Amino acid sequence: MEYYLQLIVNGLVVGSIYSLVALGFVIIYKATKVVNFAQGELVMVGAYVCFALTVQFNIPFIWAFLITLAFSVLLGLAIERMVLRPLIGEEHISVIMVTVGMSSVLKSLVQLFWGTQIKVYPQVLPSEPVMIAGLPVAPVYIAAFFLSVVLFAVFSAFFKYSRTGVAMRATAFDQQAAQSMGIGIKNIFAMSWCIACIVSAVGGVILGNINGINSHIGHLGLKVFPAVILGGLDSLLGAALGGLIIGVLENVCDGAARQLFNLGGFREVAAFIILVVILMIKPYGLFGTKEIERV
Amino acid sequence: MQGKCGLFFTSYQGEARIFQSGFQKIMIGLLVAGLLAAPFGLGSYLVSIMNLIFIAVIGAVSLNLLTGVCGQISLGHGAFIGVGAFAAGQCTLHGVPFPLAILTGGLITAMVGMVFGVPSLRLKGIYLAIATLAAQLVLEYTFLHGGELTGGSNGLLLNPPEILGFAFDSETRMYYLLFVFACLSLLMVSNIMRSKYGRAFVSIRDFYLSAEIVGVNLFWYKIIAFGVSSFLAGVAGGLWGHYTGYISGEQFNIGLSITYLAMVVIGGLGSVIGSVFGAVFLTLLPEVLNVLANGLSGWFPAINQVVGAIQHGVFGLVLILFLIYEPEGLAHRWRLIKAYWKLYPFAH
Repeated sequence: MEYYLQLIVNGLVVGSIYSLVALGFVIIYKATKVVNFAQGELVMVGAYVCFALTVQFNIPFIWAFLITLAFSVLLGLAIERMVLRPLIGEEHISVIMVTVGMSSVLKSLVQLFWGTQIKVYPQVLPSEPVMIAGLPVAPVYIAAFFLSVVLFAVFSAFFKYSRTGVAMRATAFDQQAAQSMGIGIKNIFAMSWCIACIVSAVGGVILGNINGINSHIGHLGLKVFPAVILGGLDSLLGAALGGLIIGVLENVCDGAARQLFNLGGFREVAAFIILVVILMIKPYGLFGTKEIERV
Repeated sequence: MQGKCGLFFTSYQGEARIFQSGFQKIMIGLLVAGLLAAPFGLGSYLVSIMNLIFIAVIGAVSLNLLTGVCGQISLGHGAFIGVGAFAAGQCTLHGVPFPLAILTGGLITAMVGMVFGVPSLRLKGIYLAIATLAAQLVLEYTFLHGGELTGGSNGLLLNPPEILGFAFDSETRMYYLLFVFACLSLLMVSNIMRSKYGRAFVSIRDFYLSAEIVGVNLFWYKIIAFGVSSFLAGVAGGLWGHYTGYISGEQFNIGLSITYLAMVVIGGLGSVIGSVFGAVFLTLLPEVLNVLANGLSGWFPAINQVVGAIQHGVFGLVLILFLIYEPEGLAHRWRLIKAYWKLYPFAH
């Protein structure tokens, strides 16, 4: 029993990172209808930039973190302006493939600068585990969880109350109508990429603090798909819940497969089997908007 | 812009012919003759690259049938190729003759592809892409944990193909075998595209609701598209497995699927000749980069350590640049070149 409880707690932590990455994915999809296959690579870039600043340039962690966020804003602007804007209105497959190409480029840049070896962040939080309900939990896990919750609260409030947030929602709902009401669509697109880069970078920094980083953490981006499909491609709440649910389910299935069938590595596919089941039963997810088509 | 000046059709059959003019037949004949003679002029390294290109052509044209012609995005093609490789490999390991093994591999892959194509009835566009991504990862996992069937992480060792006692055990012999298979696949897909099935696929791609209204059975045709495409993917896989002599699950990863999609996009969606261009281009790209890196390693000794990363980056960059500046692919450029010579010296 304790084994499974531990699995659930670990799943929640990993899930909260999935949620963050899924949040970036959903924001981009909601505003621009672009499916971003490079989401995992954005996480990777954020993680490596923060690593370089703290370890190679000896900047205090908190400043390094803030500079990473600033860098993410620039990265988001650059990506939107150079790669995505020429493709507005193109087919699904072109847009998918351009983000795939982008993920290749980002990955190769990271490998060129930092190699493929695993890099470990300096210890920021104490390593003494804290006891929660009789289970030892590392402080960095708790920090990760709370940081995700705070970011979700901030962005939900942003979308609900700020002028820009409302403009972004309007754009998502109907681009032409939004444009005719005087909303600058291009700014909205740029903004959504910036936000996606920021949340991904935060996810990357958290991940680096937990496990260290190597150039394969981009694979995390693939885990985002089950999470957002479960939650619904265009729902913030869905991204949050989807990430947590997938994190927990994946960890529990993996643990169960290990214990019952002595089967390793099930973690890699558990989420995708769940994904296929969800797609067959509820293609638009828990909170997604159902598309209605008329001839 | 079809055909040369002065070429008129008096029947629908004439218009639907694959080779429409005598000139075209002569050019194709010369190309085939050149390709048949090529191994005598090329070194074994270049012949081996040609072999890889032939296999890539089969894979690319099969994916183009599904994604370019029928509009069903598949991110699982690499895994389908893997299914074919393992199925055909198991057949020959159990003593089944090579041609039968390739056929069986193709049929098994077709069945697997059709199973994973079933969600395409309810899903489309991005949702289908993600569902096929799931297929890719599930199959990859199966390859690595398939026990006896796939050799697990050790993979399978295969013998060179053998037909009626004749072993294709050198690069040159493989060249002719693969050449025949590549030509057959190209002919097969060209013929499908001008049949009732091809027209149904195109109508589904262009607008599925209209297709359904004019009587195209969406479920049936989508499943057929998945089946035929996976069949050819399985053939490509079987050939690849027997050519390289070693298959393991890691070869058929998501990266392979993406490479094939990139071939289709760079070559030209929905175009047979485009698939060939894409396959040639993306097979040559890493080789050219290798040669360049070797040439530069005298000046920059560190370049050999990062050549993998550079290949990856150049691949991504090429893909992005193509999508931005040449979204219709190399096939479109080819059409423009032909039009230029047709109208020469009058530009308009």
